Amino acid sequence: MLKRSIENLGNRTIQGVWRIGFAARFFLAMLLHSGTAFRRFGLTVREMYFTGVLSLIIILVSGLFVGMVLGLQGYETLQTYGSEEALGVLVALSLVRELGPVVAALLFASRAGSAITAEIGLMKATEQLSAMEMMAVDPIARVVAPRFWAGVISMPLLAALFSAMGIFGGYLVGVQLIGVDEGSFWSQMQSAVDFEQDILNGVIKSVVFGVAITTIALFEGYDAPPTAEGVSGATTRTVVTSSLAVLALDFVLTAFMFRGIN
Amino acid sequence: MQHDNLVEIEDVAFGYGARQVLKGINLTAKRGQVIAIMGSSGCGKTTLLRLIGGQVKPGQGTVRVAGESVGELDPASLYRLRRKMGMLFQFGALFTDMSVFDNVAFQLREHTDLPEDAIRDLVLMKLHAVGLRGAAQLMPAELSGGMARRVALARAIALEPMLVMYDEPFAGLDPISLGVTGNLIRRLTDTLGLTSLVVTHDVQESLKIVDYVYFVSEGVIVAEGSADDIRASDLPFVHQFVHGEADGPVPFHYPAPSYAVDLRLGG
Repeated sequence: MLKRSIENLGNRTIQGVWRIGFAARFFLAMLLHSGTAFRRFGLTVREMYFTGVLSLIIILVSGLFVGMVLGLQGYETLQTYGSEEALGVLVALSLVRELGPVVAALLFASRAGSAITAEIGLMKATEQLSAMEMMAVDPIARVVAPRFWAGVISMPLLAALFSAMGIFGGYLVGVQLIGVDEGSFWSQMQSAVDFEQDILNGVIKSVVFGVAITTIALFEGYDAPPTAEGVSGATTRTVVTSSLAVLALDFVLTAFMFRGIN
Repeated sequence: MQHDNLVEIEDVAFGYGARQVLKGINLTAKRGQVIAIMGSSGCGKTTLLRLIGGQVKPGQGTVRVAGESVGELDPASLYRLRRKMGMLFQFGALFTDMSVFDNVAFQLREHTDLPEDAIRDLVLMKLHAVGLRGAAQLMPAELSGGMARRVALARAIALEPMLVMYDEPFAGLDPISLGVTGNLIRRLTDTLGLTSLVVTHDVQESLKIVDYVYFVSEGVIVAEGSADDIRASDLPFVHQFVHGEADGPVPFHYPAPSYAVDLRLGG
């Protein structure tokens, strides 16, 4: 009994390590075969439509609501200290530094990541990737790399749009509904938000999230067992793993980026 | 003369992990012929095609296509060789996000610099050859199984390959599509000067069109010969296969402990 459970543990560990190694090789191959994704940029643009443009609705609507809630909650808290003019700063900083990149990434993982995994997994299950290989076309270069770069390019753009919609939502609730002074809302925001410390760091975060999510989604699809069960399991794993990866990476990146700020 | 043989397989063994699938196969395919590889399901026929296409490397022995040893080629040379091969997958493996036209045009667009006008003409010619010129704008989801297989055939011959491999081209087709597919394989082989390797277990249909047959069982070639040789063969395995008998050298039961022991009867 004990022997068997130790054997199981050992087997699982070896499989896990092997899989991480395979994922690393996959990632490298994807980078090495990225030439086509740029030489024939049309392929990448097409994927940007599927991963980026089709994610716009969920990103924009969520951004608006998150910003509106921030406006309400922020006003409640700031009011007790008599500094409700700082609402603009609070809304903008929370969105640009954290909520924009993180929530947009989580939405991206469930909207686009799952779709990528299911598509690649089914292409593999129906031998489309094999057929492509037999036609002397490398599926990593033709199918995988364009999707990777499309995700990496789309993610920061989506995060920026999410933040912009959020700020607009905060403005709607704070200024239009509650009646915070419009001038101080915008001017305090303008003076407090730093381009490098806040906006650029937010962009860096969303690029890193984009790399993580698309890599996980593509790998899970490419590695999925060619059965209905296999593809559905891979899709679930994509959403779970990439969401956790986003949150963990966010902590690490934040710790590095903002440690110098009071 | 050596160059009469397009495909030469010498003493090839291959296994997935510990399971040995092929154990010393010898096979040659002469140019311009239709060769059938037959055997029961799961006997390694498809693996044989994957070895010829270079998707897997043999554990032992050599696979030569047009004089080149497939297992030893570097990726660039392998891809160059694959441009001269076409493969028809069991269920077509059409790209589901592209129309029939774009599927057939895929290789022309990937591997040639032909202008779009020329590609259009070539694609329509290939589709005409399989009788589906009128279906050019349909999506793969709108095709029947037999039509999908014919589109895949048009796609496989788009670059005028020297070798076309068919993985179970007859599986799951109605009798009309069956005849149509069989005739197409024979006609395209003759008119385009191809060599065709057909992996199948449909004995009656394939014996009508093939020049030579190899029987694979338990990882080795157990019989070979022309269609007439095979029909007349009295080897027990071939006889069981050609006449579709349930039990014979190929047992009905998957290997298992004795029935009595499994049911815990007696000691």
